[in-house]
Amino acid sequence: MTISEIQEEIIDEFSMFDDWQERYQYMIDLGKSLPLIKPEYKTEDNIITGCQSKVWVNAEMNDDKVIFTADSDAIITKGIIAILIRTFSNQHPKDIIEGNTDFIDKIGLKEHLSPTRANGLVSMIKKIKMYALAYQTQLN
Amino acid sequence: MINVNKIREDFPILNREVNGKPLIYFDNAATSQTPKQVIDVIVDYYSNYNANIHRGVHTLSQEATDLYEAARLKIQEHFNAKHSYEIILTSGTTHGINLIANGFSSLLQRGDEVLVSALEHHSNIVPWQMLCERTGASLKVIPMNENGELIMSAYDSLLSEKTKLVFVNHISNALGTINPIEEMIKKAHQVGAAVLIDGAQSCPHIKPDVQELDVDFYVTSAHKMCGPTGVGMLFGKEEWLNKLPPYQGGGEMIDQVTFEKTTYAGLPHKFEAGTPNICGGIAFGAAIDYMNTIGFDNIASYEHELLSYATMQLLNIDGLKIYGTAKDKTSVISFNIEGIHPYDIGTILDKMGIAVRTGHHCAQPIMDFFKIPGTVRASFAFYNTKEEIDALVKGVETAKMMLS
Repeated sequence: MTISEIQEEIIDEFSMFDDWQERYQYMIDLGKSLPLIKPEYKTEDNIITGCQSKVWVNAEMNDDKVIFTADSDAIITKGIIAILIRTFSNQHPKDIIEGNTDFIDKIGLKEHLSPTRANGLVSMIKKIKMYALAYQTQLN
Repeated sequence: MINVNKIREDFPILNREVNGKPLIYFDNAATSQTPKQVIDVIVDYYSNYNANIHRGVHTLSQEATDLYEAARLKIQEHFNAKHSYEIILTSGTTHGINLIANGFSSLLQRGDEVLVSALEHHSNIVPWQMLCERTGASLKVIPMNENGELIMSAYDSLLSEKTKLVFVNHISNALGTINPIEEMIKKAHQVGAAVLIDGAQSCPHIKPDVQELDVDFYVTSAHKMCGPTGVGMLFGKEEWLNKLPPYQGGGEMIDQVTFEKTTYAGLPHKFEAGTPNICGGIAFGAAIDYMNTIGFDNIASYEHELLSYATMQLLNIDGLKIYGTAKDKTSVISFNIEGIHPYDIGTILDKMGIAVRTGHHCAQPIMDFFKIPGTVRASFAFYNTKEEIDALVKGVETAKMMLS
């Protein structure tokens, strides 16, 4: 699936919920089910200090696609990470670079991607794009 | 006695909704809300008096100057300073601390010691670290116990003739501990050290008397006590303020300027370079008036009631741990629920319209002491109610259910 197809699918899933509590519960459950980053990747190098919650992210290339794994010490942050990983992982670097995160607004979670939120997510997206850019350069 | 329903009418913001729910504001230790009596003064100033002060011969400038200086007198009276020129109007607590730290650069030397408490806010740690780096003096830390109380016997043994300065907050922002500053000041003076007290967290709850405390420097911010942000005060004993060099150069703080030499203005202007926050200073005075009308004894006893009630209710939640259990504490509760990150609890509470603070509260050393990434902190003011605390408890229970 393309990034925008996945994003449409996520928007569909979230449209089933009537209130914030159901939306958050779903996100929390997604956070709990996120495949954990391998312990050897949970390094100081891979950490994004977000002041409030910590985020770890790792990237690997597999058949011209970038595989992201990530983790956070806060479960809501981890839930959003799960959504972002589902969108951007296992995609071609070029598509990742061109992809955007506007869909987060449509599922009512915009405030979590605010640059002032200090949860590490904005930096995480930057890092995902940087990885994609680096891999794209390798491919060229 | 506090008539909380009547008091709440003074605070327009308490009528608003957040995320579709009535706002419950429990982040008072970060900043307090502003009553209409103070907002009116701000509007009135910009509507009728706005001018630059101290230099103008025109009427507006004179009136604005009178209002600003009247505010200084109110502040002097409130803190019971001996002279009005011992009150320096600053941009806030951090400004006051930096002003003193900078001033002591020329008074300290290698071998001197500076004591700070383990309970400090970053703003009362970093300027002293910078001071020690500049002067070669060393920074020593007064440790605390598991309850979040400073260990007085350790303080006694740290004090010596080498101690030149002691910095401690009156009340800890992260834990709410009220420190025994009277005793600490007395002991510091016995070895000839000066003491600076950070009163950012105390001034919303108690009325400090700087002469009775015999404190050398006392700093606070207006926005913690119903005033606006960007203004605060530094009290300094006259002899100390005369000894310290100016902090910033600029207009207002000079006597004569030539390219060869500048002589400085007297107190308090020596430390008030540039155009000050005129409106803020005047509103600070109005905030002090407002709080005194309610009465600090009333505020203290009502907030204590809220604290006891909230502590009891919150402790009923399984797995909830309160950090900071000092015998003497103010209306701040820092807590965590076992296995749940404070950020997650804060986020869920926000969805319910409840404002709390999460994180390390700019006091990382305290969090390191307890080996936690941070806490959820609910801090209460005299305009909060028991019903709001009930909503908090219910909110925390819901958050726990969702996050476990």
